[in-house]
Amino acid sequence: MGGKEPAASPGAGEEVMRTRFNPRVLRIAAVAAAVAIGAGGAVVSRAAAQQNQNFDAVEMDVQRVSGNVYMVVGAGGNTTVFTGPEGVMVVDTQFAPLSDKLLAAIRKLSDQPIRWVVNTHMHGDHIGGNEAVAKAGRTRAGGNVVGDIGQAATATARIIAHENALNRLVKANPPLPSAALPTDTFFTERRDMLFNGEAIQMFHEPAAHTDGDILVHFRHADVVATGDLFTTVMYPFIDEANGGTIDGYIKALNNIIAITVPSNVNEGGTMVIPGHGRLSDEQDVIEYRDMVTIVRDRIREYVKRGMTLDQVKAKKPTLDFDRRYGTDEGFWTTSMFIEVIYKQMLAANPPAKTTKPAAARKGSK
Amino acid sequence: MRRAGLCAAALVVAVALTAGAAPAAAQVELSGVWQPRYHEDFPERIPGPELRDYLGLPINDAARQFAESWDPSRITLPEEQCRVHVAPYILRGPTNLRVWVEKDPKTQDVIAIKMYSSTYEQTRTIWMDGRPHPGPNAPHTWMGFSTGRWDGDMLIVDTTHLKQGWIRRNGIPMSDQAAYTEYIVLNGDMLSHISVVVDPVFLAEPLVKSEEFIRSPRDLPAQTWLWVCEAVQEIATQTEGDVPAYLPGEHPFKGEFETKHHVPEFAIRGGPETMYPDFQARLREWAAKNPRPAPAPEKK
Repeated sequence: MGGKEPAASPGAGEEVMRTRFNPRVLRIAAVAAAVAIGAGGAVVSRAAAQQNQNFDAVEMDVQRVSGNVYMVVGAGGNTTVFTGPEGVMVVDTQFAPLSDKLLAAIRKLSDQPIRWVVNTHMHGDHIGGNEAVAKAGRTRAGGNVVGDIGQAATATARIIAHENALNRLVKANPPLPSAALPTDTFFTERRDMLFNGEAIQMFHEPAAHTDGDILVHFRHADVVATGDLFTTVMYPFIDEANGGTIDGYIKALNNIIAITVPSNVNEGGTMVIPGHGRLSDEQDVIEYRDMVTIVRDRIREYVKRGMTLDQVKAKKPTLDFDRRYGTDEGFWTTSMFIEVIYKQMLAANPPAKTTKPAAARKGSK
Repeated sequence: MRRAGLCAAALVVAVALTAGAAPAAAQVELSGVWQPRYHEDFPERIPGPELRDYLGLPINDAARQFAESWDPSRITLPEEQCRVHVAPYILRGPTNLRVWVEKDPKTQDVIAIKMYSSTYEQTRTIWMDGRPHPGPNAPHTWMGFSTGRWDGDMLIVDTTHLKQGWIRRNGIPMSDQAAYTEYIVLNGDMLSHISVVVDPVFLAEPLVKSEEFIRSPRDLPAQTWLWVCEAVQEIATQTEGDVPAYLPGEHPFKGEFETKHHVPEFAIRGGPETMYPDFQARLREWAAKNPRPAPAPEKK
């Protein structure tokens, strides 16, 4: 994994540490392979990506987060499971080949029917199990709905997503089965629902990771499922082809911080389930927000000074964070992260014809 | 390898020296109220470290760039005002320490040793019952997850699952991937604490530190143990999402520390080489070639 090479020649101790670091590097590689499934305008190169992954060894790690909200970590995006007397809500469904394992994990948490599936966005590592998970559930419906289309109306759980996610998924090539599509969409800034006595709010974060990302906030349990608007294992994947922008991503991180409330020592309180990585809280999001903002601000300033992309890369604007989040391999390299920011900053901040000496101290605004 | 060996040797010597006078009991009773002594690394601990002083820290280039970009205004952000020092750093502060033992009421086996730091009202639990550390998906905390074991009269504590914090609070970070090992020994009423931080993200070699605490014969006033933080908007012009930072290489106080203390830039940059004795020879050589300028005459 070349991405972890230090800038300077390591001493003996550093060699030891790099060896210790390998498990994390391998984990990033797994995530990279997972997220790659959803990358790109073609939306779903699922078959290709799945062929490259061996899911046999994947085990579902269930973390109880708060109340009846759980985080289920397998391969691909993290899944959030919320249980109660009315049934089960499943936020993101990992990869299709993992559906049996995911359903088995859910069944250990509740024997109530799965009523809702929510997709935080349209990438394949978050929606792969939609069809199987939805078909394992049932929708509560009555009146004219049942009368018009019969039993089929209640035969599966309903799948919620932002409208932009569905709009991109229907263009998938090869097409997704209709039963896998999130057909219960919304186009507003927020969608609210009460389920199992829990106020659940879904916030659309436009033009961030993609253009169809949502945060899912369980208000009473005090848990936010972020999808890929926050991860603990990699630089933000700005999926430009699907409407993602760095500024929108930072705005989404700030919105997560606005929702979360920690204790008086900046720990715990609202818990955050990331799209990939470990269970987190506000402080973890703050560290990540700071990192992303600082890198964006550096590149923006270099763009304002008229630097070329190569000159910006030579300045190593991510050096301080590369050993934690960077990689030179996989679908989303550190270099690509820098390039997308540079491109978007250049579009938003064309260099002035005469540049003034820049102040040393730079804030984000 | 030579430096790693030196580092390990230093640790062995330090632990051996502090453990020499320990009583013979199998499990030393650490319970009580402990107050720190600050003489070791005093300038860093009580006045606080000066900006751009990384001398003696085995940091790598990533840590150096992080610190060179770190604007102290970061801690004016409401969301960052109440952040806590992580376990590997908190014992260096002006903290009082209360230690007690939790036992199984039926067997009297030690379940955990608890440590309460007055700074930031932090309670550590050092599990002594042999339980494993959590998996990689568990949350990280300021105090981390600790397990302890006795090696003779020395308590050895292993901590993982730490949040990101400080190696030195002038911007040198410790990552959330760090592992922390402590060696705690008692010499009468003095508690010696020696620790090793291994951080694959920001350290090129392990960081070894030590602190001393003296047993307090009586408890401290209640308020001594409290730490209350309420975040407020400190800067009216600050807008949500601001993250104050300097551009790499453009620290506005560049040159200040080395001029004030007459030390070369290559020393204050830190790195493993700056913590070994042979680095002193380099400093002497530099000082011989660069005598301290005479102070400017006072104007009358």
